[in-house]
Amino acid sequence: MSTASGASSDFYKNLGRMYATYTGGFLAFVILLAILEQVGVPNRILGYLFVGFTIIVYAVIGVMSRTAQVSEYYVAGRRVPALYNGMATGADWMSAASFVGMAGTLFLLGYDGLAWVLGWTGGYVLVSILIGPYLRKFGAYTVPDFMAFRFGGNTARMVAVIVLVCCSFTYVTAQIFGTGIIASRFLGMSFEVAVFAGLAGILLCSMLGGMRAVTWTQIAQYIVLIVAYLTPIIILSTKEFGIPIPQLTYGNAIAEITAREGQMLASGLATAGGLKPHIQPFLNYTPLNFFAIIFCMMVGTASLPHILMRYFTTPTVREARQSVAWSLLFIFLLYFSAPAYAAFSKLEVYTNIIGRDVSQVRPWMFTWGELGLIQICGKNAASIDAIVAACKAIAGHPGVVRLQDFVINTDVIVLSTPEIAGLPYVISGLVAAGGLAAALSTADGLLLAIANALSHDVYYKMIDPSAPTVRRLLVARILLLVVAVAAAYTASTRPGDILAMVGWAFSLAMAGNFPALVMGVWWKRTTAAGAVWGMIAGFGLCIFYLVVTRYFPGAGVAYFGMSSLANPATGLPLVDLAKAMAAPGAMDSWVTVAHPLANKVGWFGLTNIACGLLGMPLGFLVIYVVSLMGKEPSKEMQAYVDEIRKPRGRTVLEEKT
Amino acid sequence: MTSTPENDKAHWDKTTRLMLTHLGLWFFFGYVIHFFVVPLNKIIIPVLNFPLGFYMAAQGSLIAFVVMLFMFARQQDAIDREHGVAEDE
Repeated sequence: MSTASGASSDFYKNLGRMYATYTGGFLAFVILLAILEQVGVPNRILGYLFVGFTIIVYAVIGVMSRTAQVSEYYVAGRRVPALYNGMATGADWMSAASFVGMAGTLFLLGYDGLAWVLGWTGGYVLVSILIGPYLRKFGAYTVPDFMAFRFGGNTARMVAVIVLVCCSFTYVTAQIFGTGIIASRFLGMSFEVAVFAGLAGILLCSMLGGMRAVTWTQIAQYIVLIVAYLTPIIILSTKEFGIPIPQLTYGNAIAEITAREGQMLASGLATAGGLKPHIQPFLNYTPLNFFAIIFCMMVGTASLPHILMRYFTTPTVREARQSVAWSLLFIFLLYFSAPAYAAFSKLEVYTNIIGRDVSQVRPWMFTWGELGLIQICGKNAASIDAIVAACKAIAGHPGVVRLQDFVINTDVIVLSTPEIAGLPYVISGLVAAGGLAAALSTADGLLLAIANALSHDVYYKMIDPSAPTVRRLLVARILLLVVAVAAAYTASTRPGDILAMVGWAFSLAMAGNFPALVMGVWWKRTTAAGAVWGMIAGFGLCIFYLVVTRYFPGAGVAYFGMSSLANPATGLPLVDLAKAMAAPGAMDSWVTVAHPLANKVGWFGLTNIACGLLGMPLGFLVIYVVSLMGKEPSKEMQAYVDEIRKPRGRTVLEEKT
Repeated sequence: MTSTPENDKAHWDKTTRLMLTHLGLWFFFGYVIHFFVVPLNKIIIPVLNFPLGFYMAAQGSLIAFVVMLFMFARQQDAIDREHGVAEDE
């Protein structure tokens, strides 16, 4: 470990002032752009200024925090104070899916969408009470480090690395995809170019300084993303209800939505089958799947290596625990605002679009209609004329917009709120910068987790344990680059079900890591063989269920006794299996999402997003049974476990630097 | 207090009890309360106008999780100090 020099202890003392100045500077920059907009600077230029300026700031922080020390590179020297580590974790956690997609999901699914809100917050309780602080005391650089030490060497390490790479890679691909979407929409680049441009931004932050650079940039990114997320709805809430706390005022919006839903049904603007009341539960997920998704997202949170490794960076075990609490507080600020976005947007749509004469819809939607993100009467809602023509073409159309005429892409909800509220473009630019910060920060953390596992666990621990520091860090940086380019390439091919892949990452992490991590700390009798077999069994079952239901559904029905999932609203099967299995192509392999059986079959009616619910219990069972069959772990190992359980004293694993 | 097996065991027993308490609270706020969403939705929170079942999933449980985490950090630290295994400030 390095000793804190006078200059660096000043650095930690001044953190508060530095980030306060930074926040002030950022707000001044937003005001400056608002003035430029009034003067007549075109929107495209404002968009470039917003995105360009913020990325330059992140890059400057990244370059300033470059390091040549191993402990700085992997765990930021274990000197990040609890509060700041909490902010960094918040940015690490909240991805493009949270920032852009969450509110849209809540808009579409109503109450059922809250499964994601609950699932992506409650897991931090498990991080703190079961795992995080103990791994901090252990003193690892990576999660596989812990597995290898506790469970007897490189077999456990290798299995842990495979789990880590599988779940982090699917996740990082989704982030880079999100970066591409935002950059292409606001900067007018082509999607493929935008993906690689975003990648450059990500690498600038993480390449030179590893964990240390990522930590300080993520804090800067958190500030941008939370300001960007809260500003539009605070203004909207003040305009509509006179109180600048949207999280409290949207209760009224929900009451109005419920009233409006009744009116729409009564006046024939919506059909009973087509309308899903906003507050009514279990219309989109069966109760089983609703709670299974909550459970898998929560336990997955406590098993994702890029989150666990954030708590390796605090100075003490005590601060690791406090830091988990701060993390959730900072995450909570965004997640308890997302339902407000959904409610305000839905109220706008239900009152000012549905039921209006087709020639009188509000013009804010035309820019989104041009992009094909909002459709009315089956055609892109690009102008009044287009809408009128499209609706005329439908036989017996009453001339007012009905619920079934209106289709919106969920990504639009957050991005269009500034326009719905009639705010200047500068707020839209702010939201774009926030979305980009969310995607970049998560991608940084994930890439670092993958590259660290490959360089530290595979290269240094398994291939060349005598490698000098310079070469270890060089290998780490090269691997970071390779993984990043591979992820960007995968993202640029636009894989079909990218959002489902985020859910899969949680289930995979849960099935592979959670039983071994918990048993490793909480049950001294856990043996190496038990843990390794438990990880393989849990992870294996989860990935089997995923792959079969998604890519080989015909084989799942024919050979593995799978049946159709249920339609949550009616309780009837989603597909008529007898008919679907008789159809040509039913037994195809590697089918696309459009296949009539893909994602629609399974055991016990369980959606494949929640496959961790099958894998995790098996993992626990196998660890328990195999451990009892073997000899109990050595006295030394049991003494080490005792050490992990006590915050005082040296870390168990002392890395030479 | 010195490090003896008895002290270690007492410390770990208390830690385990605290963990189980919070695990129980986590299960209650994460799941049990939401089993009753339909009857809870019949209750409307005065002034704010939220149906209670919806409110619990959108905000109530989240607030409970945040409060629990700050409480847990304090409680576990108190246990560590009591048994002399807390880190020096």
